[in-house]
Amino acid sequence: MPAVTETRETVEKLAKSSYEWGFETDIEMDIAPKGLNEDTVRLISERKREPEWMLEWRLKAFRMWLEMKEPEWAKVSHPPIDYQDAHYFAQPKKKPGPKSLDEVDPELLKTYAKLGIPLHEQALLAGVEGAEDQKRLPVAVDAVFDSVSVATTFRKTLEEAGVIFCPISDAIREHPDLVKQYLGSVVPAADNFFAALNSAVFTDGSFVFVPKGVRCPMELSTYFRINARNTGQFERTLIIVEDGASVSYLEGCTAPQRDENQLHAAVVELIAMDDASIKYSTVQNWYPGDDEGRGGIYNFVTKRGACRGARSKISWTQVETGSAITWKYPSCVLAGEGSVGEFYSVAVTNNHQQADTGTKMIHLAPNTRSTIIAKTISAGRSDSTYRGLVRMQPKARNARNFTQCDSLLIGDQCGAHTVPYIESRNMTARIEHEATTSKISEDQLFYCRSRGLSEEDAVGLIVNGFCREVLKELPMEFAVEAQKLLQVSLEGSVG
Amino acid sequence: MSTGTAVQSSPALSAFVGRAAGHGSVLAERGIPTRRVEAWRYTPLRAFTETVWNEASALSDHDVQSLLDALALPEAESRAVFANGQEAASQTRLSENLVRSQGEAVDPLEDRFSAILNAALRQDGLSIRVPAGVAAGTLVLVSLTSGNAISTHLRHQIVLEDGASLTVFDVNAGDGRYVTNPRFDIVVGKGAQLNHVKLQREGANAGHLALVYASVDANGNYDSFTLNQGSELARHEVVATLTQAHAQVHVNGIQIVDGTRLNDLTSMIHHAAPDCGSRQTVKTVLSESGQGVFQGKILVDRVAQKTDGYQMNQALLLSEKAQINSKPELEIYADDVKCSHGATVGALDDEQLFYLRSRGVPEAEARIILVQAFLLDALDLVTDETLRDVLIRSITA
Repeated sequence: MPAVTETRETVEKLAKSSYEWGFETDIEMDIAPKGLNEDTVRLISERKREPEWMLEWRLKAFRMWLEMKEPEWAKVSHPPIDYQDAHYFAQPKKKPGPKSLDEVDPELLKTYAKLGIPLHEQALLAGVEGAEDQKRLPVAVDAVFDSVSVATTFRKTLEEAGVIFCPISDAIREHPDLVKQYLGSVVPAADNFFAALNSAVFTDGSFVFVPKGVRCPMELSTYFRINARNTGQFERTLIIVEDGASVSYLEGCTAPQRDENQLHAAVVELIAMDDASIKYSTVQNWYPGDDEGRGGIYNFVTKRGACRGARSKISWTQVETGSAITWKYPSCVLAGEGSVGEFYSVAVTNNHQQADTGTKMIHLAPNTRSTIIAKTISAGRSDSTYRGLVRMQPKARNARNFTQCDSLLIGDQCGAHTVPYIESRNMTARIEHEATTSKISEDQLFYCRSRGLSEEDAVGLIVNGFCREVLKELPMEFAVEAQKLLQVSLEGSVG
Repeated sequence: MSTGTAVQSSPALSAFVGRAAGHGSVLAERGIPTRRVEAWRYTPLRAFTETVWNEASALSDHDVQSLLDALALPEAESRAVFANGQEAASQTRLSENLVRSQGEAVDPLEDRFSAILNAALRQDGLSIRVPAGVAAGTLVLVSLTSGNAISTHLRHQIVLEDGASLTVFDVNAGDGRYVTNPRFDIVVGKGAQLNHVKLQREGANAGHLALVYASVDANGNYDSFTLNQGSELARHEVVATLTQAHAQVHVNGIQIVDGTRLNDLTSMIHHAAPDCGSRQTVKTVLSESGQGVFQGKILVDRVAQKTDGYQMNQALLLSEKAQINSKPELEIYADDVKCSHGATVGALDDEQLFYLRSRGVPEAEARIILVQAFLLDALDLVTDETLRDVLIRSITA
């Protein structure tokens, strides 16, 4: 049975290192001194060669952040974060473009190999001259290697279609009007503590603009990597899709193993105009800490999409298996008449991981629809919370929401929690919500075992079935990776 | 999770603290919660903070009698009447199966405002005990309030010894602009059965902040049903703990909210032992500018394996201005459990209306039929037929 072989392979790989992608690349870095103050903000803006208005925008956000308090309502606990004890800027040192892969920093190539990036893409990423002309690949990658996009591939192909896909720092310089108009329009700097922090010190991220009527010719993808020691990563992603256009965006993450907790506070803003559609998929597999929960990533993310246009659609799909602490609520503001919001999520926690994740669906306009499917799996000593909001405002006539939250508990030392908020101010709006919590049934396990599956394989199979509704929403290449991840994440949780 | 400690200074708070004299320190420190406090985000107490709520003066026998007559209460084995926070001795008669006792302190629940307020200003309510194995029939417990700018803070205690049974019909009514803040401490012994049926029909300008703490022993059953139908602002709050195996708790209710009123049913069902079950069905019907709140939490401890928890919460909105806020919550630390909750919000089904009208039922009548049908399966949960009829009369009146 191929699934079993695959699992066995995964287990064997795991036996070698407890975290497959836990490695650290040693390449030369340009690092800002530790600490956070107005000078840090100025330094980041200067290094990024940003225009004056951007610096002002950052400083304004920074001053707001100083006045704000870290939120406490999430069901997570961690030692207080010392915001002064981190580097806010790290950049690989620039060299002239290598002529072939042989000239590329071997450390960098090793990192790519571990990530499983194909050789040709590696050449593109490493900025090998002429690599782009060789062959067309269906996926465009914008690798965030620490805080700066080392290379952006396929930019030309996309440009022909009129699609802009570039690091946000380039967009600030090259498309200032678009950035000025949309940056912070979905997640204002004052939105929350971490959004304000991000607005002040974000170093990179992606910018996507799809003009009217254009169906983006390929799936856009970013590999986020956190590499240097003690650099918090503050990505900023802005995706604008105009009337009748559409895009599918993939975000995948792995991170090197390290001892100290690392803060990651990204902000993602999506904007969909009339009849536009955005599909945003995430596989998040950051270092979750060791078996005792030490050293994992803190992932405090603000993701929000605005369906501004009529009949627009924003769909979030996420598979969350990593991070020591996840605090993340991809949301949709349904302002356009007949717009659609979707949220499909699998969150897996093991050992000492904590996840507080969910979504918000804010229905502002008539005939808006939203669907929430959230699957939570807790194992080991972990805690996982679904926290969601469905709000029907007075103008949301005939709006609809369907929510399903299912939790699966594996082992008796973990916790699974469901905290949905349901608010309706329109009588014609209809909301349905259901949630269940259960363990893997003995019957299902027995059935699988009686057919010769090991307990671990059986659990893997059942868990994949439990998550199927979400996994089928992922693009192909992600779905395969996600299934593996689920199995890996739950290793050692049974038997 | 943060419970928040939004302290306010307000005329109401100063008056309460003044009346509490020596034992109001927690109240003074915590203050009256604002909407920033998670537990009160949907139920603003602001309207009550500007009034100085005084101690209520006794009502005359005549006033008590006329208030009672208006209620048309069912006949029962026992009856206890409280008027403006005082026991109306002439109206109270208890069967020999109910033994008066001294109220003992149970869990202070100091994270809950209704409990803090009651602890600071507590007045003696009814403290009784049903001896082991005794079936004590029905007790009608009436709280009447009449007057303006007054508040009462009764504290009742009901202890059912092992194998005992009792039905309590808890009636709250009155007229004027007042606040009632009753607290119940309920102990259900091994194999004992307590049915707690509550009718909250306080005056349309009143505030009602009730808190019930119930602890249920092995094989015991606390079966409660609340009809929230009065007050400008009312919260019925239940904290129930299943302390030993095979205990059962039911926290059911119906809320009928019209005008600009707000009714709130908040509950926390705590499974602290294995093999227990809890059931909750709450239905809310909202018309005019009524606001409904449901906050139901099921907490399952690590030891509470084989828990079977179920919660259903449905709201029917009959007007453009009505509003429902609902927060069903599961917090689960045991793996071998079966817990689920469901929630629906919507208007009357157009197709159902059309079906009835196509069969000659006038629209207004068709609406009433559909609303009644919506409430029916919740009302069926009231096992005592006499009391169910009283509640149905209250709903249809």
